Amino acid sequence: MTQPTPIIEFDHFTFQYYSQAEPTLVDINLKIYPGEKILIVGPSGSGKTTLGHCLNGLIPFYYKGSSQGSLKIKGQETKDLDIFQLSKIIGTVLQDSDGQFVGLTVGEDIAFAMENDCVPHDEMHERVARVAEMVGMDHLQTASPYELSGGQKQRTSLAGVLIDNVDILLFDEPLANLDPATGKIAIEIIDDIHKELKKTVLIIEHRLEDVLHREVDRVIVINEGRIIADMNAHELVCSDILIKNGIREPLYVTAMKYAGITLRPEMKPGHIWSLDTGTCNEALRRWNRSVVPPVPLDAAPSILRIQNLNFSYDGVRPILHNIDFDVHEGEMISIVGKNGAGKTTLSKIMCGFEKEDSGAVLYKGQDIASKSIKERAEFIGVVMQNPNQMISKNLIFDEVALGLRLRGVDEKEIKTRVEKVLDICGLAPFIEWPISALSYGQKKRVTIASILVLNPHILILDEPTAGQDYRHYTEIMEFLREINKTGITVILITHDMHLMLEYTPRAIVLSGGEMIADAAASVVLTDQHIIAEANLKETSLFHLAQLAGIPDGTQFVQNFIDYEREVGK
Amino acid sequence: MKAKLFSYNYEDTFIHRLSGFTKLICFLLLTFAVMFSYDIRVILGVLIFSAVLLKISKIRWSQIKLMVLYVLIFLVINALITFLFMPEQGVEIYGTRHPIVKLFGPYTLTQEQLFYQVTKFFKYSSVIPLGIIFLLTTNPTEFASSLNRVGVHYKAAYAFSLTLRYFPDIQRVYHDISQAQQARGLEMSGKAKIGERFKNSLMIVIPLIFSTLDRIEVITNAMDLRGFGKGKRRTWYTRAKMVQADFIAIAVSVVIFAITILISTFINHGRFYNPFI
Repeated sequence: MTQPTPIIEFDHFTFQYYSQAEPTLVDINLKIYPGEKILIVGPSGSGKTTLGHCLNGLIPFYYKGSSQGSLKIKGQETKDLDIFQLSKIIGTVLQDSDGQFVGLTVGEDIAFAMENDCVPHDEMHERVARVAEMVGMDHLQTASPYELSGGQKQRTSLAGVLIDNVDILLFDEPLANLDPATGKIAIEIIDDIHKELKKTVLIIEHRLEDVLHREVDRVIVINEGRIIADMNAHELVCSDILIKNGIREPLYVTAMKYAGITLRPEMKPGHIWSLDTGTCNEALRRWNRSVVPPVPLDAAPSILRIQNLNFSYDGVRPILHNIDFDVHEGEMISIVGKNGAGKTTLSKIMCGFEKEDSGAVLYKGQDIASKSIKERAEFIGVVMQNPNQMISKNLIFDEVALGLRLRGVDEKEIKTRVEKVLDICGLAPFIEWPISALSYGQKKRVTIASILVLNPHILILDEPTAGQDYRHYTEIMEFLREINKTGITVILITHDMHLMLEYTPRAIVLSGGEMIADAAASVVLTDQHIIAEANLKETSLFHLAQLAGIPDGTQFVQNFIDYEREVGK
Repeated sequence: MKAKLFSYNYEDTFIHRLSGFTKLICFLLLTFAVMFSYDIRVILGVLIFSAVLLKISKIRWSQIKLMVLYVLIFLVINALITFLFMPEQGVEIYGTRHPIVKLFGPYTLTQEQLFYQVTKFFKYSSVIPLGIIFLLTTNPTEFASSLNRVGVHYKAAYAFSLTLRYFPDIQRVYHDISQAQQARGLEMSGKAKIGERFKNSLMIVIPLIFSTLDRIEVITNAMDLRGFGKGKRRTWYTRAKMVQADFIAIAVSVVIFAITILISTFINHGRFYNPFI
């Protein structure tokens, strides 16, 4: 049998940005064959995104640098092609499905590439209709992006590149901004398109388990600019490559390791649906019985009470309806729900940015309706999702000192307080640094520090780990856990399921402005009704329990959480 | 949701259904007409006409309140300055002098000056509703495609339409940043001194610029990857077909334009209408 010709071929390919001292990609050798579905994983800064940019032509069209070696797509050197020629061979779907929505309606967005090719008006409409049908968006051609769900936006982006009949589809972190349920759908759409249209598919992602919801042919692990592994999913999860390279392994794999099971490729552990636990069910059950639940602590007194809260922006459509719950002192709690469920609005009401229509917010039993934004900030601090939206100074010290200076605290006290906070936040070595030299995670810390310096008792964080890889996620969350241990109550607005499982014992679930659950994370992530309402996804631990014949899946998940917390100590 | 300044919102009205090209042409014709003429009868006619159009297009007062306020302030300042620097402009134009009241120094209010300035005030005011209608009832892409059709390069047209389109988003981000900074103790009300307020507003504007730059990078990449800017021209998916209503609208505008010119040429024998002789 003759070997087919690769559609993509890296041969000793090295790339260095002009702005960097070291090459970002080093001696890459990789062949990808027509019709393959490849997953490229790696932590932030590993070079995986750069690899994608080299393929789609953004390098060197937009990002400049120098390369050595050869990169061929369909037998042509990419050096000899420009971004426009490449875009006819390889279609790219970017991670930000909002940001990449160029058109004002679905139809217009799908047509964007054709407009640039000067395709006549009538032909354009005809082709858009055809492609829209292919991705199941034919009934929504006139809808604007604001009317679409995350999954529909993904479908639209996909249609926008399929319109060119490209041979290769490149997905750059398709899951980054999606909630778990939408992410699952996105992976299914990609898989269906791959099967139906026989395209070559490349997925760049760090959320391995989510991509492995459907089959992939090979997984390429990349770190520090080099290819670390090129193997199938089963072999990969059996190895220690994932952990060594800062990529989260699937949760069920972690659970099996806790149970003392050695994974072998014959067990097909690459996907939860292919996993055969026949040989290790007993081990799993034994481990499940062995976990000792922690002694329940007495509930601390309430620090923040949301009482029969109602809110609406226009007085007609309620955004929040009868929300009622307690946050206890020293708790770390998450508020979850799909986009538009009212999570962010709720946090705005807590901080006084918006005013409730009826009901109350009680701080230590006192109604705080009369307190202004500034006054509330003395005890409730809020950290926005995007650190770039908070930082307004050049130097770390000034940024953190800002809140104190605005409050007229004297400069000597400011110095001691800022230094103390920077120390807690692990930023002391950078005190003289300009903020622009920091990484995203460090910037996030600066914003947290700039709030902590005001000594709040409650800290609210909006999606603190959005778009972060495993290492940064762990860094940020462990840091928050430390903060929490000093007695500060932490409220997290999130749809990250790992975060819920690993860090917040209790979750409040909002859906359509109603509170549909106030329960343990293990309950939230295994209850079908809540999962559907909040756009979550059943955790693979629950499936594992089913496979092993453990009847109480929720308890199994709880045991996993308890065990992990015990090991974590 | 709160109404946003400059944000296009779709309503199914006669005016919304007109093509962007038609609206641009009508806007240009009518604006040119009032800009050309200093005949208060013509100007008031156009003002009333555009007020009616505003009503038809179902634009809510809350959407345009701020814009109207700014323009009015500008007009009042403009009127004061005109009077301060050229108190006899009206006399020069109309060739007669009917003093009403002697003010201070060399300043005397004359009927001619008053008439001239009132005319000018209405002249500018009548453009506002037209501009508002055009901006708020035209979908930004159609807006770009119409600019392109009248000869503006498509890159410039697209840049303009993207700006319009992201304006509501940027306003929202501005609002969010401002709240977060207020929580840190930023005083945005009149309590702070002017200098302080200027410094404080920087604390919102700087993060706004940086987060906007991030967005621009994303959209630029998305556009490059789909071939934006490769050719000298491009076609437009959203290009409403010209229907009968469009031709009627253009015809009406042409007629108004022609009447203005005719009145100036044959009745007023100049751009000014002179009631004083």
